[in-house]
Order: sequence, then C-alpha cells, then structure tokens
Amino acid sequence: MSGHATKEIDSATLWGGKVSPFSTSYGKLMMWFFLVSDALTFGGLLIAYGFTRFNTLDAWPIGEETFNSMPFLGHGYPLLYVALMTFILIVSSVTMVLAVEAGHRMDKKGVIKWMIATIIGGFFFVGSQAWEWSHFIHGSEFGKVELADGSQAIVHGEFGALQNFTVTEAGKHHKKGEVITEDLMHQYQHAVVAGHVENGMITLHDGSVAKVNKAADKDMTLIIKVKGAKYKLNDRIEGADASKQYYASINSGEAHKVIYGANLKENEYGTQQYAQFFFFITGFHGFHVFSGVCINIIILIGVLRGLYHKRGHYEMVEKTGLYWHFVDLVWVFVFTFFYLV
Amino acid sequence: MERDDIYEYSLDTHHSEEEGKVLRKKIWKVTAILTAITVVEVMLGAFIKQHDSIWPLVKYSFIAMTLVKAGYIVLSFMHLGDEKKALKYVILVPYIIFIVYLIFILLTESNYVRSIWESHAI
Repeated sequence: MSGHATKEIDSATLWGGKVSPFSTSYGKLMMWFFLVSDALTFGGLLIAYGFTRFNTLDAWPIGEETFNSMPFLGHGYPLLYVALMTFILIVSSVTMVLAVEAGHRMDKKGVIKWMIATIIGGFFFVGSQAWEWSHFIHGSEFGKVELADGSQAIVHGEFGALQNFTVTEAGKHHKKGEVITEDLMHQYQHAVVAGHVENGMITLHDGSVAKVNKAADKDMTLIIKVKGAKYKLNDRIEGADASKQYYASINSGEAHKVIYGANLKENEYGTQQYAQFFFFITGFHGFHVFSGVCINIIILIGVLRGLYHKRGHYEMVEKTGLYWHFVDLVWVFVFTFFYLV
Repeated sequence: MERDDIYEYSLDTHHSEEEGKVLRKKIWKVTAILTAITVVEVMLGAFIKQHDSIWPLVKYSFIAMTLVKAGYIVLSFMHLGDEKKALKYVILVPYIIFIVYLIFILLTESNYVRSIWESHAI
C-alpha cells in the first residue's frame, strides 16, 4: 500500500478525508467541472452571436425562412427538419438516461440495449447536421438577388426546372444545335454569378452560347433584405412584377448580381456574420456530438467486455451519460437562438 | 491490492427493480414534457411571423421554454437534482453569475455599438 497511510488516523485530523464533501466520486465531480467550463465556452459563443446580432443594422436572417427544407421532400417545411433533429437528440438523451438506470440495477443487457440506441440517435443527428450544412452551403435555386435599385432580396416560390440548353453558337466542345441536358443547375448558377447569362442566352465554359429552356416559376415572391433606392426592408414584391424584376437581374449579363448558398465570404441568407456564426457554433456543437458518439462506442465496448460489471458498478456509463446530456443541453440553446428567435 | 479505505459512492446509487420502475416512469414523463415543449416551440416559430405584433411575447416565451427544458435536462437527466445541495450550488452558482454578467455586457455594449452605427450611417 505504498503512497498512502497505513496507520489509522481519526477523521478529524484528516479534515474528514476519505469522504467527499459532495458525496460523489472524484470522476463524476471532475466531469461536472469540465462540463461547467465547456458550458462557459458555448455560453461565450452564443453571447458573441447575440452581441453581433443586436448591433447589426441589416436584417438578420429569419430561421423559418432560411431552414424550410426537408430531405427528399423539398421546400415549404419551415423548421420541421431541425425540430426532428432536436427531437432525435432529446430521445437519444432519454435512452442514455435509461442506460444509466439499467446500470444502477446491474442489468448488463439493458445497458447494452439503451447504449446502442443512444449511439444510433447520435449518428442520425450528426448525419442530419451534415445534410443541413450541405443544404446551407449550396443554398436555394433562386439565390439572393440584387435588384435594379440596389436593394437585395431573397426569393420564395417554386423554381421552374431547367430543361436543357440548346447551343446556338458553337464553342470548343459543343456543336451548334446540340442539346445539353446534364449538370444544368450547376452550370447555370455559375454562369449567373459570372454574368454569363444574357437575355435567356447562356455562355458556357467552352465559349459556346446556348438558349436556356426552363419551365415557368410558380408563386414567386421577393422579400427585400437590404434596402435600396426604391424598396424598404421587408418589402414584398409578388406575382408577375417579382418575376420581371428577378429576371431583369439574372439576364443583365452583369457579374455578382446573384449569390447562391453560403461560404465564408458571402451568403444568400443575410448578414455575413450569420453564416460565420452558423458554421462555428453548429460546427463546434456537431464536433461535440461526434466525440460523444465515439466516447459512447468506447464505453459500449467496455460494457460488452463486462469490464464495469466486474467492477461492481456502471459509473463509467453514468459519466459519459453526463457528457451526452450536456451535448443535448447545448443544442436546446443553439436551437432557440439560431432557429427560433 | 484492494483498497478498503476508499468509499465507493457508485455503490450508493444502486437501486432495486421496484425503484427502477418508479425512476423509468419519471424518465418517460420528462420525455413527454420535453417533446411537448419542442412541438409548441416549432408551431409558434412556424406560424407566427417576426413582424407580427405578438412576436416579442413569443420570443420571450421561447427563452422561458428553453430554460424549462434546460432545467429538466440538468436536474432530471443529469441527476443534479439528486445530488447534495453543496454540489448543486458549486456547479450552478458560478455559472449563473458568469452568464448573467455576460448577458449584461452583451446588451449594454451591443446597444452602444448599434447607436454608433446609426449615428455614423454610411
């Protein structure tokens, strides 16, 4: 017994040693301290976000306008997907607490079952976040458009599909009369940003010129997000006028009239800092979820090997559980301040 | 060598099948509450627009609901509610003091910066 006293010392001399003043083990206490510091990190990030948002004069993007898509279903589902993600994370937190409860009864099978459920929920959440990021980066089909008066508008409605490009002037690769049907959206958006679309004619990479054949858009509405000479913030332009103004910008042949999606320099949703904070905060949280899933898997392996059963208690499951609940806790706040408010 | 001088707190948390039943019931109840709050939040967010006159009220109710959810997660799922009073305070009090202070800074400073932007509008 090297390294610690072999002689009995009364507890008064030890300042009541041996016994934690909190009646909890060292490991759990340290996990709590770590979580407090991590919570302060997230708190700091959200406070920085709030600070930027409050002092910005431009329109801040609105959650239900920015996130209104579902995988496989398209647009028109405001906040539903992120609500589903939130629900899944809450459920995985519940399965985790059930695993901890099973551990307290030394029910190894129960711990295994609920931990596997937790890990599946975690993977689903990380996958959903990847989808959401991809969607956020690629952006909408319409993009954000700068109108003739200098105002900028986001566009709601249904984008009429691109059918094909009919080549009217041959270039390096395409012959006259050729009908291009592949990779239309990608080429179209690139050409629009570069100012290579003019009067319904697109100039492709190889220098050939083609006519854009496109189905009609439906229910188009422009919502002004940056005021210009004519339009104020939150003005709405609807119907034929919306379409006319939108295509006037698209077909102007000028570059940078339209922004699609988001990157670290510009985004179609609103103020640039919004995208920066979105990437950083949801990214940092997603990284936490991912590491949480990894830790859960490691602990699950320990449970399967019977390591904790031999020890006589499942405290390791409880400690990872604390971390996992914390990840859920942070998401509750991110969800409110990024998507709802 | 087995150490007999360390008190195994983890063994204190063991419970019987019957106690487990009660606990599981509580867990499912909390789940139902959290889900219901999330559903209400999404409904409000999807149907009430930010330019509606009722929006400020909705906004504060979002924050209140978030705090309720956070309370349930911390006190029930993370079992902080079952820990000793001293531990609860050690964890919550410093955090709350810090966050309240930071929120105060956020509001004061951002209002000031905003007023500067407004008075020096380009």
